[in-house]
Amino acid sequence: MLTKLVNMDRRIVFILVALAVIIPMMFPISLPISISKPTEDLYNFIDGLEEGSAIMLVFDYGPSSLAELNPMAKAILKQCFEKDIKVVGLTLYAVGTTMGSDLMKGVAEEKGAVYGEDYVFLGFRPGIELVILGMGTDISSIYEKDYYETPIVELPMMSNIKNYDQIELIVDLASGNLTESWIRFANVQFNQQIAAGVTGVIISQMYPYLQTGQLIGLISGIAGAAEYENLIEDPAKGVLWINIESFVHLLIVLLVIIGNIAFFVQRKQEE
Amino acid sequence: MEFLGIWIAAFLTLCIYSFLYKDNPFYRFAEYLFVGMSVGYGIVLSYHQGFLPFAWEPFKAAFTGESLFGLIKLIPIGIGLLFFSGLSSRHTWLIRFPSAILIGVGCGLAIPNVLRADIFEQTRGTVEPFSVIHSNIAGLVEPVPSIEFYGLIFGAVLMVIGVICTLTYFFFSVEHRGPVKWVSKVGIAFLMIGFGSAFGNTVMGRVALLIQRVDFLLNDWMGSIF
Amino acid sequence: MKRQIPLILCFLFGVVMLLTQFSPHSYSQGVYEEVLNWARIITPFALIFSTITLLQTHITRIRRRTEHWQYSFIVFVGIAVMVIIGIPYGPQHPWFEWLFNNVQLPMDATMFSLLAFFIASAAYRAFRARNVEASLLLITAVIVMLGNVPVGDLIWNRLISLTPWSETFADGSSWMKQWILDNPNLSARRGIILGVSLGVISQSIRIILGIERSYLGGGD
Repeated sequence: MLTKLVNMDRRIVFILVALAVIIPMMFPISLPISISKPTEDLYNFIDGLEEGSAIMLVFDYGPSSLAELNPMAKAILKQCFEKDIKVVGLTLYAVGTTMGSDLMKGVAEEKGAVYGEDYVFLGFRPGIELVILGMGTDISSIYEKDYYETPIVELPMMSNIKNYDQIELIVDLASGNLTESWIRFANVQFNQQIAAGVTGVIISQMYPYLQTGQLIGLISGIAGAAEYENLIEDPAKGVLWINIESFVHLLIVLLVIIGNIAFFVQRKQEE
Repeated sequence: MEFLGIWIAAFLTLCIYSFLYKDNPFYRFAEYLFVGMSVGYGIVLSYHQGFLPFAWEPFKAAFTGESLFGLIKLIPIGIGLLFFSGLSSRHTWLIRFPSAILIGVGCGLAIPNVLRADIFEQTRGTVEPFSVIHSNIAGLVEPVPSIEFYGLIFGAVLMVIGVICTLTYFFFSVEHRGPVKWVSKVGIAFLMIGFGSAFGNTVMGRVALLIQRVDFLLNDWMGSIF
Repeated sequence: MKRQIPLILCFLFGVVMLLTQFSPHSYSQGVYEEVLNWARIITPFALIFSTITLLQTHITRIRRRTEHWQYSFIVFVGIAVMVIIGIPYGPQHPWFEWLFNNVQLPMDATMFSLLAFFIASAAYRAFRARNVEASLLLITAVIVMLGNVPVGDLIWNRLISLTPWSETFADGSSWMKQWILDNPNLSARRGIILGVSLGVISQSIRIILGIERSYLGGGD
């Protein structure tokens, strides 16, 4: 019996995982979400910005991380558009280009933001640190034209934005280690304030930068996205998904406990 | 078009999930198509968002006489073109020229910036809590400090112990025997906690991806049928 | 010549980048900007070349008729479709965007979501408290997993409500997760960052000085 349980066909585990997602998706619940300090710090920073100031939103992720990072991007954009904070969007990760462009357009439509006045999307440029350093001196030396081939001098919003001096904050939404590049080059060389929204995989490695103040805030995966949606009082996919996630986490914890009980009983029997 | 798009996306999603049962031609079809399209996407983006603005535009400007200084850009363009010598086995060594330049620039940039961001700042972060504690002690009015204050001291001490022990574990210039062995064992304990938290967060990330796909299948795709 | 010139180039560009960053003089800054420009011009070629080498891999697979070689044709179809539309019309073209959103994006997202199943299966089969270290890893992972989701606090609050400290220790699950991330996790990560950074710096110095030459590859 015990051996059978330990050697259970992995496809049974797969079915259990699928059910743990499908059932709560069909019958959604809503549990209270506590807000973590790093998420709140970022929210408060943007909230404290003056109307008309600008931030840079960097889409350093691809479709493989959109589930975690798209809800964050949407929540930050909504907050900015509502507070009349200008957003300069760009990416250093080629595969994030189309997604970044679509996402900004979508939220702008919803919030009535105007392209060129409230936000711009500059697109992708290769050469990570070379791009970060170049923009510190002159953004137009890297992006002479925006993603839609309009010279950035023709975009009203960009007339006041030459380099990082006019950018209050860079929010890097990253699925890899690009946030570290922003810290190493934009923060160190230009004293630029940086915040990050990252995938679950890299949350833990961001904490040393958070403690030193090299990151002024951090949104941690889908949990952070849900917290941010609650902070802007506009619960969306992040809140829905973190509630569903509860069931899968419970299932995995349960599986770990069962696996360990079986392991210890088996070991005792062998002894 | 939107309806067709949803159906194609759903079909490909299910093709990939069929791998959970076992490897099969549908999964392989989707896998190879994914590789091909990703490469195609990469080529298009590198060309339009990299080659054209960074190499072609300055080249054009140099030749149309807009900026004669731009002629100097022909040198890096020529060096960049050497990458394609990799396609010929006889001339593949030429690839070392552009690689050497990029690596040299990368290393030159890395040294001071990594030093400041990851060594100086991280060291400052490790000792700074003690200065906060010191200033708190100096400013103490009440003789009995709060529980938060003790928490601050505990956190600061724990951090120094953790950093030193973790570094000791990675320090291979001395043999891990006697006290060093014990210090490095404590380092392993800290590392395990670090990896455990990374694992817990990774589970959250991976499950979120699954939830997003199920959301698509149940709400977008099934929603288009019913 | 085949090895010496690249070594000299690497040394020169490395040293120039290193020194010009410390000098605010306009001439030095001019050189610094120009070298950055050169590197920016060279980078896209590297990117395009790296994607072409993948094509070569699949051509070789077809030539050698390795296992599943027929599928390599699908790779070419994928590349061709994207390139035929994307190169002349640009990535902003609606057809290109449609292909990305309805073909590439779902496959990419789904491929990585498979890991949710495998991570659950692996946790069940291999996540064992065999010794102290493994137990620490396991306990931390469980605390973080529960602390990340709202149900963690819900369970905690229900349990703590049975004690007289329900007010003081409310939301303990997310608090414990945050404490772990803020304290022991931070120390371990900082140790790793310091170690890796020292490695990066020493390796960069070795490369610039030509002691480390593995990037040149084999041959003469």
